[in-house]
Amino acid sequence: MTRPVLEIVQLGKTFSTAGGSHEIVKNFNVEVSEGEFVCLLGHSGCGKSTVLSIVMGLSSATVGGVCINGREIQGPGLDRGVVFQSACLFPWRTALDNVLLAVQQAHPSKSRKEQIALAQKALTRAGLADAGERRPTEMSAGMRQRVGIARAFALDPKILLLDEPFSLLDALTRMDLQDQLMRVWDTERKTVMMVTHDVDEALFLADRIVMMTAGPAAGIGKIISVPFDRPRTRADVLNHRDYYWMRDRLTNFLEEQGEIQKSARSPQVAGPERVMVRPAFDL
Amino acid sequence: MKKKVDPSPYLLPFVGLFFALFVWTLLSATVAKDLPSPYRTWTESKHYILHPFFKDGEMNQGLGRLAFYSLVRVVKGYALALLIGTPLGFLIGLSKKTSQMFDPLIQVLRPISPLAWLPLGLVIFQKSEPAALFTLALCAMWPTVLNTAVGVRSINPDFLNVGRVLKLSRWQMFRKIIVPASMPYVFIGWRLSLGIAWLVIVAAEMLTGSPGIGGFLWQEYNALVYSHILMSILTIGLIGFILDRLMGLLEKRFRTT
Repeated sequence: MTRPVLEIVQLGKTFSTAGGSHEIVKNFNVEVSEGEFVCLLGHSGCGKSTVLSIVMGLSSATVGGVCINGREIQGPGLDRGVVFQSACLFPWRTALDNVLLAVQQAHPSKSRKEQIALAQKALTRAGLADAGERRPTEMSAGMRQRVGIARAFALDPKILLLDEPFSLLDALTRMDLQDQLMRVWDTERKTVMMVTHDVDEALFLADRIVMMTAGPAAGIGKIISVPFDRPRTRADVLNHRDYYWMRDRLTNFLEEQGEIQKSARSPQVAGPERVMVRPAFDL
Repeated sequence: MKKKVDPSPYLLPFVGLFFALFVWTLLSATVAKDLPSPYRTWTESKHYILHPFFKDGEMNQGLGRLAFYSLVRVVKGYALALLIGTPLGFLIGLSKKTSQMFDPLIQVLRPISPLAWLPLGLVIFQKSEPAALFTLALCAMWPTVLNTAVGVRSINPDFLNVGRVLKLSRWQMFRKIIVPASMPYVFIGWRLSLGIAWLVIVAAEMLTGSPGIGGFLWQEYNALVYSHILMSILTIGLIGFILDRLMGLLEKRFRTT
């Protein structure tokens, strides 16, 4: 068996503040193999973004570490393409120039002409062939995030790290961008780790979903494999006989963890029992 | 519905102007007999305004020449202020240590009047011209220093994170992210600094007796030609206004966010 591309080993993160130390993540272990799409699913504030930012190299682990191809990472690197929650484009640069910055970092020895061609190619693949000259302020949120994705792909990285990239978009744009991401991913099969709190998004995109328990000291709750065939279409996924069952399982888990989180935050004010009726599905 | 252009934004400034002229006339006719009326100011000054580039001697020149001398001096002092102030601002914004080192000093130096700096400049440089530039730079640079520092400190941390994941070197980070991202604040500083530089130049010229609009004003006061004082004051105000507007245009031209 080949070694996984990305290994997160015994990861722990503790923040020390004046009010004491807060353990955000504890005993976090995940292995991602080559070409696998893994989603990290959990409540907001559970520490999933903390894990991802350690993998990005933007913050350091208190315990444990992250290995890429068997080597422990030291800070950020061009082997990882990053897409942030807000597109984080530089407003003083055009769309093309934003992508170009990444190309220049990845291919410093190429001529400027080749670099521009690569940047344009990345934009075209993200569905923005004609928007290169636009500035971020002249684009919609969806277009900006496309540029953000183009910038990450332009590095031609081993691993893509996506931090809730679609959570700030409206529902239609979100689906649009998920489809676009799927198309690009289907042709390139990059290793992806994506953080999300959207169950449907995780089911549509991922090969495996890592569910995180509620913080503090969040860890791994369950890991489930998503059995839908590749390449997928949205309709295929929605019509799959396992879809609703899996969706239910994920939602249930999130809800349980949400309750735990709530009671952990305010133990005195436990709300009244909630009775919920779920529609049943015949399996 | 017919589209009607509201004329008041164009008319009201003139109403304000006429009101000021009225008060001026009233004052000169009643309480302040030495104050020339607007009409007398015009008749006694028009030679300087209509022939702005005549020269009858070092201190008797057309308004255009006088303003030009002052502007050249301002440009020199202002350039000096930006050259020192902008890098200092970046340094203070970037490093907490430099900030702690210089912040108290700046807070103490900032409120010092140009009238206080000028004698010190004369002591150091022994000549009026460099002393005036010294004063100008020392008074005008603070808004640039402080605004640049604030601009650097308020850069969206996500921008820096993008730079980090793209493995930009420290210098690239500075040139490609920190400088452009703080530019809007830097421009505010530059604009305020220019305003101060123009304020200070008049005081500096008065005290050093250098040819220029401020020097002329002081000389005419001593020569008891009060209408020329009024002419100078109005010219100073007008040029200050134009400078500010030009800076505003430049700011708009370079605005990126």
